[in-house]
Amino acid sequence: MFTLTPLEQEALSLSLRVALTAVVFGLPFAVGVAWLLAKKSFPGKIILDGFIHLPMIIPPVVVGYLLLVAFGRNGAIGKWLYDVAGIEFAFNWKGAALAAGIMGFPLMVRGIRLSIEAIDPRIETAARTLGASPFRVFWSISLPLMLPGLIAGTFLGFARALAEFGATITFVAAIPGKTSTLPVAIYIALQKPGGEDAALRMVVLSVLLAISALAASELFARTIRRTIYGAS
Amino acid sequence: MAFDPTISLNVNVEKSLGDFSLHAAFQSAGGCTALFGPSGSGKTTLINMLAGLIQPDRGNIHICGAQVFDHTHNINLPPEKRHIGYVFQDARLFPHLNVRHNLTFGMNLIPDHKRLFEFTEIVDLLDLESLLERRPHKLSGGERQRVAIGRALLASPHLLLMDEPLANLDSRRRLEIFPFIENLRDRLKIPIVYVSHSVDEVIRLADQVVVLDHGRVTAQGGIREVLNRIDIQTEFAATSRDEAPDFGTVLTATVAAHEREDGLTRLSIANDKLLVPQIDIEVGKKLRIRIRARDVALANKAPIGLSVLNTLHAHVAELVNQSRTHVDIKLETESGTQIWSRITLRSQRELEIKPGADVWLLIKTVALETGLSQHIH
Repeated sequence: MFTLTPLEQEALSLSLRVALTAVVFGLPFAVGVAWLLAKKSFPGKIILDGFIHLPMIIPPVVVGYLLLVAFGRNGAIGKWLYDVAGIEFAFNWKGAALAAGIMGFPLMVRGIRLSIEAIDPRIETAARTLGASPFRVFWSISLPLMLPGLIAGTFLGFARALAEFGATITFVAAIPGKTSTLPVAIYIALQKPGGEDAALRMVVLSVLLAISALAASELFARTIRRTIYGAS
Repeated sequence: MAFDPTISLNVNVEKSLGDFSLHAAFQSAGGCTALFGPSGSGKTTLINMLAGLIQPDRGNIHICGAQVFDHTHNINLPPEKRHIGYVFQDARLFPHLNVRHNLTFGMNLIPDHKRLFEFTEIVDLLDLESLLERRPHKLSGGERQRVAIGRALLASPHLLLMDEPLANLDSRRRLEIFPFIENLRDRLKIPIVYVSHSVDEVIRLADQVVVLDHGRVTAQGGIREVLNRIDIQTEFAATSRDEAPDFGTVLTATVAAHEREDGLTRLSIANDKLLVPQIDIEVGKKLRIRIRARDVALANKAPIGLSVLNTLHAHVAELVNQSRTHVDIKLETESGTQIWSRITLRSQRELEIKPGADVWLLIKTVALETGLSQHIH
């Protein structure tokens, strides 16, 4: 039970790579969008807010389909990206990461936005009067203070990216060794006669992975809160 | 390092905020300027305009020769470019930084050669050495406020803004902080704009005062001339939320002698002598003293056998502010000092106190414990 088969190792490492990529590339955007939503008022804010949350409420298969249309080899963005940068999303792990990133994005934004809104704006004002530019204030004051929420949001997004299935399989299909993250690998296993045992092992693996991600998130956030505010 | 004393502050601003409108103009040649007035008079709005946190609709603001706001020329410097220090009512320390890093936050944004104060100088001045490694949540309210003052000073401001920095402290902590603020006014020579609604604070700290009421400047000038104006006192008392409107007289006194065995200090005001609880100021120095009108009792004969140490002979100049129960009486001593007394109408009637009458003023020494300034220049 404790040694992983090559197939499981492959699924696990692919899952981690996909989820990690999704989070690393998604994070700066999530921080930017969360900042806009928390701090600024502008026309169309409600629309942006709704749009960001869309992946949480529409069927994942719809997201996958839209990704296929936009980022497929003949999609508007996909074609341009391929021509300009040689980046291709269709039917490979990068596409899986894109799908996972988009599905995890609203969770990241929510967590980060809450932590930005929890910062006392008067403290940021104080920093301005001490000679700090808005960028400086963000970097030295806001960012450290939102770190607990940022980490929680990131881990939640990470966990969601690990769990991603519907949009992934629609966008990049289930190709063993290429797009077979843990959920996809479980699906593939279940398609084969007698594959239930293999599926069960990977189900357990998935659950353990998700729980560790959430536990790590809580631990990190607590440690940081303690260093910032003392005993919480 | 002493600050250039030729600096000045020139403010003329207008702003409408819903029902409230502010239209204020005042100047300062340095020293400590108090913005004084009841809650809701626009003091904080005005100081926030100086800081660049609120943009006036019209007008201009000069801070130490720099035009930081000018409506007609579209100048509006952001707060970080105004070279101000701001001490807020709540200390607003950075919770994730210890005291040392709170202090150096603004300092590190200024190149070495432009810094006005040394880190150690400010730490000594505000007695922060033992707090340096602590986090803000481990500090008392008074300590937090001291750190906030130090943090603002280390940012090398040309002007220090203080918005009721003592308002959230109990009276003991307040007394603890006073000397530090006096210190920076006297030793660092940094110009200060100090927002307050407390007469005692203004008398102790300020050199000049700007009185605000309903968004308008109703008086400005030296502490004594402004605070002794009866119209201002009356108006302020009427709008004040304090339970006991604080009517009184501000005088400039000289320390004549210390009577240490009794724990007293003798002050002289012209030819009049006044005993107050002992203060720590050299003989010959001047200070301001405020005598609340309700602490001044009157007698129509020379009193004998009293515990009251201060009795002054005077005549009644005028009676004003008559209410249902009391009246305010302006008295003039033989040496020409004017002092206000508030007594009941019944006493006034029974003692036959009317303009020209000869009276003795009785002022209890212990009533003079508050309202004494440190020495003034």
